[in-house]
Amino acid sequence: MLTLEARAAPSAALSILAPVVAVGLTLAAGYLLFELLGVDGGRALFVFFVRPVQDLYGLGELAVKAAPLILIGVGLALGFRANVWNIGAEGQFALGAVAGGAVALAAHGVEGWWTLPAMIAAGALGGAAWAALPALFRTRFNTNEILTSLMLTYVGVLLLNYLVHGPLKSPDSFNFPESRPFGDLALLPVIVEGTRAHLGVLLAPLAVLGGWFVLARLHLGYQIRVIGLAPRAGAYAGFSQRRIVWATLLGSGALAGLAGVAEVAGPIGQLQPAISPGYGFTAIIVAFLGRLHPVGVFFAGTLIALSYLGGEFVQIELGLPLAVTGVFQGMLLFFVLGCEVLVRYRIRLGGARRAVRGGAT
Amino acid sequence: MDMTAAILATVVTAATPLLLAALGELIVEKSGVLNLGVEGMMLAGAVGGFIAASLTGSLLIALVAAVLAGMAMSLVFAVLVLGLRANQVASGLALVLFGVGLSSLAGQGYVGQSLGAAWRLFPESWREIPFVGPALLAHGPVVYLSIALVPLTVWFLYRTRAGLILRAVGENHDAAHGLGHDVVRTRTLAILWGGALAGLGGAYLSLDYTPMWAENMTAGRGWIALALVVFAAWRPWRLMAGAYLFGGITILQLHAQGAGFGMPSQVLSMLPYLATVAVLVIISSNRSRLSLAAPGSLNKTFHPPA
Repeated sequence: MLTLEARAAPSAALSILAPVVAVGLTLAAGYLLFELLGVDGGRALFVFFVRPVQDLYGLGELAVKAAPLILIGVGLALGFRANVWNIGAEGQFALGAVAGGAVALAAHGVEGWWTLPAMIAAGALGGAAWAALPALFRTRFNTNEILTSLMLTYVGVLLLNYLVHGPLKSPDSFNFPESRPFGDLALLPVIVEGTRAHLGVLLAPLAVLGGWFVLARLHLGYQIRVIGLAPRAGAYAGFSQRRIVWATLLGSGALAGLAGVAEVAGPIGQLQPAISPGYGFTAIIVAFLGRLHPVGVFFAGTLIALSYLGGEFVQIELGLPLAVTGVFQGMLLFFVLGCEVLVRYRIRLGGARRAVRGGAT
Repeated sequence: MDMTAAILATVVTAATPLLLAALGELIVEKSGVLNLGVEGMMLAGAVGGFIAASLTGSLLIALVAAVLAGMAMSLVFAVLVLGLRANQVASGLALVLFGVGLSSLAGQGYVGQSLGAAWRLFPESWREIPFVGPALLAHGPVVYLSIALVPLTVWFLYRTRAGLILRAVGENHDAAHGLGHDVVRTRTLAILWGGALAGLGGAYLSLDYTPMWAENMTAGRGWIALALVVFAAWRPWRLMAGAYLFGGITILQLHAQGAGFGMPSQVLSMLPYLATVAVLVIISSNRSRLSLAAPGSLNKTFHPPA
C-alpha cells in the first residue's frame, strides 16, 4: 500500500524536476496514443516535436505562437498564485483584439506613427475592461469569478462575431465576415527576415520580466504570495484581498488583451471571427506547467506552442486529426497536476511513520 | 394553445441536459468536491453515445456507453484530486481541455452524420391528447428519467443513511473521518455519479436534442450546469426550477431569432450567458445565505491523518 506523507516544506529540486517528469510521461502516453491510432509512435513524435522547428521559418512560427501563450500565461499565473481564478482570458483576448482593431479601422487612411501605440494601449484597456467585470462582481457581490469570467468569454467572442458580421464588416469583403485589412502603419512589422515573427513577439519576454519583477521585488507580489498560501495570515497582516483581486484580474486581462491586439495587428492583419485557436484556455495549462512562475511560463509557453505546430505537422504529414493537439495538451496538464504530489509529499510503501497533518489547499 | 404546447415541449428538451449534468454535480459538491470538468464529461458522453448508437443501432447501448464514458472521465479526475491530492479547480479545467480534444478526435469520422428517427417513450396516439400530449408526452425516455431523478436525489440526500454520510463528508471531512466514515470512498462514488449523469446529459444532446455529432456541441452547457448548482443553493428542487428557467431563456432566444426579431442573432445568442452572470451576481450578493448553503469542505483537499 502506498501512502502519502506531507513534506515539511515543498522540495525545491523536485519542483523543477516535476514538470520534466510530466513532459516525459506525456511523451510516453503520446507514443501509446499514436500507436493506438495506427501510426508509428516514434516517427509521429518526431514529426510532432522536431519537424516543426527544423528551419528558421519554423522557429519564427514557434515564436509567433508562443508569444500570446506566454503573455496570457504570465498574467494568469500571478492570479492563480493568489487564488484568483480568471479563466476568461479567451474573452479578454477577443476584447483586446476588438478594441485595438477598432482603433486601426478608425484610423483608416490617416495612420501615423501613433497608430500602433494607440492600438496597443486600446487592446490592453479592452482586455482589462472585460476582466474588470468579474473583478467588480467578486469584490462587490462575492460572485465566483470562475463562472463569470468564463460566461463573459462566450459573450466576448459573440460580440467580436457580431461586429465583423455587422458594423465593422469591410465594404468590399464580398459579404465575408471580416473587417477591412489594417493599413501598413497599423501592422506590427516583421523583425526577422524570412519568418512571420513580428514586433509583438517581443512583448512576451517583457511580460516575463515584468511578472518576475512584480512577484519577486514588489510588495504587491509579496501580498499575492502570502494571500495565496495563507489567506488568514494575509488578512492578519492587513493585506487587502479586494486589492489583490482587482490587481490580478486587471493585470491578467490587460495582458490577454495585449496578446489579442498583437495577434490581429500581427499575423492576421484584420478582424475576423476566428482569431484564436483557444490561446486563452491553453494558457491555463501554460501557467501550471510553468509552476505559476513567470520564467517557468516562458519555457512552458514555448513547449505548448510547439504542440500547436506539431498538431498541424502530424495532420499534414500523417493524416491525423488536428484534435491530437488538444489531447496532448490535456494529458500534459493531467500529468503536471499529478506530479505536483511529488513536490509536496513523500511517497512511502506501507503505512506512514507518524501522523502528519497538512492544511487545506 | 398549440404554440404554447410546442414552446413548453422545447423548453423541456432544452432544460434536460442542464438538469442531468447539474443534478450530478450537486451530489459531487455535496460531498465536498468541486469538479469543474462537467463540460468535458458531457462531451465524452455525447460522442461516446453517438458512436455507440451508430455502431450498434441500439439507443439503450448508446446511453450505457455515454454513462461509461462520463464515468471514465470522472475517474481520471477522482484519481487526480483524491489519489494525488491535486488542485480541484485546475484538475477540473484539465478535464475540460482533455474532453474537448478527445471527443473531437474520437468523433472525427462522425461529424455531420445523423441518426434516424427520434426516440419516443409513449405511443404516437398519446400525442393526440390536447396540450398535454404534444407538450409533455412526446419526449424520449431520458427526459422522464431526468425529472424522476429530482425527487430521487432529494430522497437520497435527506432520507437515507448514505445521503447523511455524504453530506457529513461534504460539510466537514475531518469530523466525518473521525466518526469512521471513509471520506475518499464516499467522494469517489459521488464523483463517478456526477460523471455518469454528465455523460447522460451529453448523450441526450447527441442522441435526442439534435441527433448528430458536432465538435464542441455542448456549447458551454456544462458551465451553465455548474452555475445552476450555485443558483440553486445546492437544493435539488430549486435546481430543477433553475434548469427550466434556463431552458426557457435558450428557447426564447431561438424563437426570437426565428421570428426575425429586430436584433442580430449574435446578440440574442449572448442571452443565456448574460442571464447566467446576472443570476449569479444576484444570488451571491446575499452573502450570509450563500455561505450557509455551500458545503463546508467544498474545494478543500482532505489530508487523512495517518
